[in-house]
Amino acid sequence: MALKQKQILLDPLISNNPIAVQVLGICSALAVTTRMETAVVMSAAVIFVLCLSNVAVSLLRKGMPPNIRMIVQLSIIASLVIITDQVLKAYLYSVSKQLSVFVGLIITNCIVMGRAEAYAMQNGPLDSFLDGLGNGLGYSLILVATAFFRELLGSGSLFGFSILRPVTEGGWYNPNGLMLLSPGAFFLIALFIWLMRSWKTDLVEAE
Amino acid sequence: MQHYSTSYTLRFAAAVCIVCSLLVSTAAVTLRQRQQANARLERQRSVLVAAGLLESGRAVSRSEIDRLFERIEPRIVDLRTGEYSDAVEPAGYDPVQASKDPQRSEPAPPNAAQVARLPHYGLVYHVLKDGEVDMLVLPIEGNGLWSTLYGFLALDADTRTIQGITFYQHGETPGLGGEIDNPKWKALWVGRKAFDEDGDVAISVIKGSAGPPEEDPYRVDGLSGATMTSRGVSHLVRFWLGEAGYGPFLERFRTGRSV
Amino acid sequence: MLEHYLSLAVKAIFVENMALAFFLGMCSFLAISKKVETAMGLGFAVVFVLTITCPLNQVIYNRLLREGALAWLPMVGPRMASVDLSFLGFISYIGTIAAMVQIVEMTLDRFVPALYSALGIFLPLIAVNCAILGASLFMVERDYTFAESAVFGFGCGVGFLVAIVALAAIRERMRYSDVPAGLRGLGIAFIITGLMALGFMAFSGIQL
Repeated sequence: MALKQKQILLDPLISNNPIAVQVLGICSALAVTTRMETAVVMSAAVIFVLCLSNVAVSLLRKGMPPNIRMIVQLSIIASLVIITDQVLKAYLYSVSKQLSVFVGLIITNCIVMGRAEAYAMQNGPLDSFLDGLGNGLGYSLILVATAFFRELLGSGSLFGFSILRPVTEGGWYNPNGLMLLSPGAFFLIALFIWLMRSWKTDLVEAE
Repeated sequence: MQHYSTSYTLRFAAAVCIVCSLLVSTAAVTLRQRQQANARLERQRSVLVAAGLLESGRAVSRSEIDRLFERIEPRIVDLRTGEYSDAVEPAGYDPVQASKDPQRSEPAPPNAAQVARLPHYGLVYHVLKDGEVDMLVLPIEGNGLWSTLYGFLALDADTRTIQGITFYQHGETPGLGGEIDNPKWKALWVGRKAFDEDGDVAISVIKGSAGPPEEDPYRVDGLSGATMTSRGVSHLVRFWLGEAGYGPFLERFRTGRSV
Repeated sequence: MLEHYLSLAVKAIFVENMALAFFLGMCSFLAISKKVETAMGLGFAVVFVLTITCPLNQVIYNRLLREGALAWLPMVGPRMASVDLSFLGFISYIGTIAAMVQIVEMTLDRFVPALYSALGIFLPLIAVNCAILGASLFMVERDYTFAESAVFGFGCGVGFLVAIVALAAIRERMRYSDVPAGLRGLGIAFIITGLMALGFMAFSGIQL
């Protein structure tokens, strides 16, 4: 892969991470990270939609009149998400039950619209696809990391399997209720940002 | 920047609209049958889960569900009088659909569950054991936090003891309100009493934890972090057990099986 | 009567605050809260968009999308009684929202260019602001009347405005505090928001 394309793919993982640097996609990071399973399903869905929508917007970018661009982008994104949901409801009903709740969250996920506006409108389809993939993976990284701690410390389990047996089930672990509430996610993400910026000091904001 | 003429803009917009609508509508219409079949199967599965005949979360085939459903006898109940009725064919009757049709439903009295309409006819499932009614499964619905919750409540034939609860459709936040799907929470309902000694609806979902069913028969633990959803469940269960819901039917059933 | 609308508004502003109780609209909430002026600008834009789109979407839902809604059409009316277009809900509501945001964008670009450039990419992102779509979805779920949806939309907007200006005020003060380098800016904003959210939980038991 050419150097430029490698960069497009890898940048959003840390140095231009959608949640920790671009400040996009936060709402879902709070809502779906109480369990690993839902975080993984959401991540897969967002990667899928991001890649497809970036390609679609990129293909249409040359002919798109600027004063209706937002609604055109949204129409494409919304249609993609609705079709994905419909297909899942018909063929993978149990997965769709988990995902249907997120459908609204994906359409309004700022990452999808944000990358369409900031990247796909100015770049070719292949690069846009890679950008979508990179951002999707960066998003998933934070989501899975947050869900890992929230589920482990908040419920004592991972993917539903009990790791730290809670006292309510006759174990020793007193679950940390704060981890199950959204402020817990806020604090966790703040810590991740701190870690990332301590590692990549060029991300630190000026005084 | 290139200037786009108004007519071009309109044509572009129209083209995008038409293509998107065609794709979405095609998907929705061609897949509708399959989706409805899946939904019907899901409802049947939920009735079985509520009655404790199937563990929730276990994947089962359609033929297995059909086989287990042979023990289930759906009956139509006139919600206004509480009597059984033959006015509608039970197979395929959907009280949720009926409540949206102004001809087959009426506005509900003001209630905390925010149930807007009541169908004239409700659907009750008899769970048979050796030919006798062992359990009753009632459809329940009401407002949660983000969505309307649809589910089933299973009562023992004494109409007081709760045997199970399950929600087959809702849009609550996964991990918070969505924990109404958690088998461990659903298990907390088994053995509780829906009505007290005087016959009034007594069951409720509280904030915090309740004791075991023997000591604390009328209260169920709330979901931590999901106050609104828990409250919603409490309201809707109480509504459907009450006067406006299946209360009159349960009263009749209790005082000597009207057939 | 007035009480009902008043309690609806107060609930939307405090008890069910879009940003701090439902955690909707977080992206713009965190990104635009560095200065009180820009926060107010965004807040007012959100109030404006919400107050218009919520009742507008209510009309669209009740006259076009819900099952049997199309019965008012002049010639084909009666045959439309069983048509249920609610699966087009999402895209219709987002459509009106995007249209409103486009109008706001053009207005700001023309009359308040400083705010326009300060908001940057987050102005078009108001269109996907989950808070705005969320308000319309709540309105549908709770089946509000036209007047109720106008009051609700306005209340939600004001709630968002209150929350984002409060955060911006705190962040401006934090500039004089000794925050560790890695937490400066976004990191500490997350922590502050988490604490504010914990504070707003005090409202969650209130029944109006």
